[in-house]
Amino acid sequence: MRLWKKALSVLLVSATAISMCACGGVKKGSGSSDTFKIGGIGPTTGDAAIYGKAVKNGIQLAVDEINKDGGINGKKIEYKFEDDQNDTEKSVNAYNSLKDWGMQMLVGTVTSNPCTAVVEESHNDNMFQLTPSATAVESIQYDNAFRMCFSDPNQGSASADYIADHKIATKVAVIYNSSDPYSSGIYQKFAEEAKAKKLDVVAAEAFTADSKTDFSVQIQKAQNAGAEMVFLPIYYQEASLILAQAKKAGFTPKYFGCDGMDGILALKGFDKELAEGLMFLTPFTADAQDDKTQTFVKAYKAAFKDTPIQFAADAYDCVYSIKAAAEKAKITPDQSVSDISDALKKSMTEIKMDCLTGTNITWKSDGEPSKEPTVVTVQNGAYSIAQ
Amino acid sequence: MLKKLSKQKISDIITYGIVLVAFIVMQILINAGQISSLFEGLMVPLCTYIILAISLNLVVGVLGELSLGHAGFMCVGAFTSAFFSKCMQDTITNSIVRFLIALLIGIVVAAIFGLLIGIPVLRLNGDYLAIVTLAFGEIIKNIVNVLFIGKDSKGFHFSTKDVMALNMEPDGKVIVNGPQGITGAPKDATFFIGFILVLITLFIILNLIHSRDGRAIMAIRDNRIAAESIGINITKYKLMTFTISAAMAGAAGVLYGHNLSNLTANTNNFGYNMSINILVFVVLGGIGNIRGSIISAVVLTLLPELLRGLSDYRMLIYAIVLIVMMLFNWAPKAIEWREKYLSFKKNKKEAVK
Repeated sequence: MRLWKKALSVLLVSATAISMCACGGVKKGSGSSDTFKIGGIGPTTGDAAIYGKAVKNGIQLAVDEINKDGGINGKKIEYKFEDDQNDTEKSVNAYNSLKDWGMQMLVGTVTSNPCTAVVEESHNDNMFQLTPSATAVESIQYDNAFRMCFSDPNQGSASADYIADHKIATKVAVIYNSSDPYSSGIYQKFAEEAKAKKLDVVAAEAFTADSKTDFSVQIQKAQNAGAEMVFLPIYYQEASLILAQAKKAGFTPKYFGCDGMDGILALKGFDKELAEGLMFLTPFTADAQDDKTQTFVKAYKAAFKDTPIQFAADAYDCVYSIKAAAEKAKITPDQSVSDISDALKKSMTEIKMDCLTGTNITWKSDGEPSKEPTVVTVQNGAYSIAQ
Repeated sequence: MLKKLSKQKISDIITYGIVLVAFIVMQILINAGQISSLFEGLMVPLCTYIILAISLNLVVGVLGELSLGHAGFMCVGAFTSAFFSKCMQDTITNSIVRFLIALLIGIVVAAIFGLLIGIPVLRLNGDYLAIVTLAFGEIIKNIVNVLFIGKDSKGFHFSTKDVMALNMEPDGKVIVNGPQGITGAPKDATFFIGFILVLITLFIILNLIHSRDGRAIMAIRDNRIAAESIGINITKYKLMTFTISAAMAGAAGVLYGHNLSNLTANTNNFGYNMSINILVFVVLGGIGNIRGSIISAVVLTLLPELLRGLSDYRMLIYAIVLIVMMLFNWAPKAIEWREKYLSFKKNKKEAVK
């Protein structure tokens, strides 16, 4: 009884020791190699896996293209993506594991809360970080971090502005996920901006991650309050249920959503009729007719047999932005992580990008991008860009 | 000298020894820079999980009750202490003093919650503790998610709606921001502090088990009626054990909350998943076996990280490894096989007799 336990522990200890040595060996290898090492972090398993996988594929596509065209400053890119299961602690582990691999620049992390924890670590190491999709304000609170997407407050105020300026509705109800920082972050800013724009928020109903299947109470309250429009700063899975349940309840307001709504038409078993007239704010749709989007969607479909969502486009843009900034700063792979970061921090604010998710994108030193939000409407079962 | 020590003492010394040696080895490796950043970053979480596993083992293994809400106590400890540390960040600049006070606060609050839950529930017989703690864990997680606390020149503001409802002065600072939790609490937890906490936890629990009180607790576990008949105050001992366990889970929470700069409550870290995870540590390491809990907590925390090379398959492999280890540990046939082939030492002893 005792002995087998000893045998087992010896086995495990040795396994651990071997793997540590294996990792330890790589650590010294960074800085002297002939390739840029870009790491990515995001959830490829768990509830948010769809976003992590899209980002993973988006980066992969961009890296492959850049390597084919000769790389950054003539140097090839090596790329590795680690799973964090949308968990703060695991995300820091993933970051450390990428550091052992020799990462020099980080594209990530995909989700907000893990990003806020990781940015603390990357700030300590002075590692350059560009997140495709972490929207919380704190996610890029240090000078080494930039983001590709809109921040939560940004989306909230842009939505309120759009609704007010285009006179879509005056009585607005909000249904949001109070246990999700993305959703509640947008809601807070939306409510502030709505007040300033004289929009009347007649009902603000919350649900949590534990009760996201039955929305009859929230819908009933919005209906009773006489809302002409329901603002849904949530992800499309829950939104699809709200649309269906509201119709069943005989409540047919206009709907307005944010970038989390992207992908609703691709949802299996979803009746596209329901989403007719749904408007949402997004920087990217796969149905846009411009050349850039079309080539990207075609290449993405060929490589991964899947239609890209906005997260994939953000990730793709991230890599090209890093490329542009790196070429401007003329960095080389043999520089230290900290030197690369210092150089990129400066050049990021000097570049101007024409990307999938916007044109003439520039960054300020606080890491926020400035780009125009696009509003997309669902018409005849397809996305079309509203003017 | 060694002969004078009882078997129990030797076993305890081995347990302390394992922890001490592991700490010294890791510390030397860290100082020599021979260790990967992944492992260096995993040290504090490992200490956290060890404390959690030991503390749950006290309830499950020694007291014989099932608690499915240990993550709830951890959550209470983490949030109260992180709240304190964030408020006092500028007032108390010595990080060790600040951490010690935070630790004390986290432990005391978690213990109070443990006591409050225990008073009604531990008077009952049966699985009620499991049900109530399960609910407690979920309630705590949800309360934290709707709690907004801000601080300005006029003092603290509370709300359960949103930040605007706090009505703060312009200089106000949001401390607890609903689902975004506490951001920017100081990272005061270090490997050394974690190690000391593990030692203290071990010391308390091992001494409790071997004391008169510990024997009374185990008597309750083995036969409640018999224990009652010899005059053991069942509710008192149950309550004592559960409160100690909750306090330790609170300590683990303090460690957790001061290791990450962003503290949020979701299912993975403070919900049902975590409670079950801790229970898995305990069951795998052997119910009532403290050393086993330590080893299994370490192994099961390291395993998914070591399997990173397998990318998406790692969670699948992790589950399979878990099932195989459970079978190896507990299946009657496996035990039979083990006794036949792996414990020749024991057989020899019997032969000598």
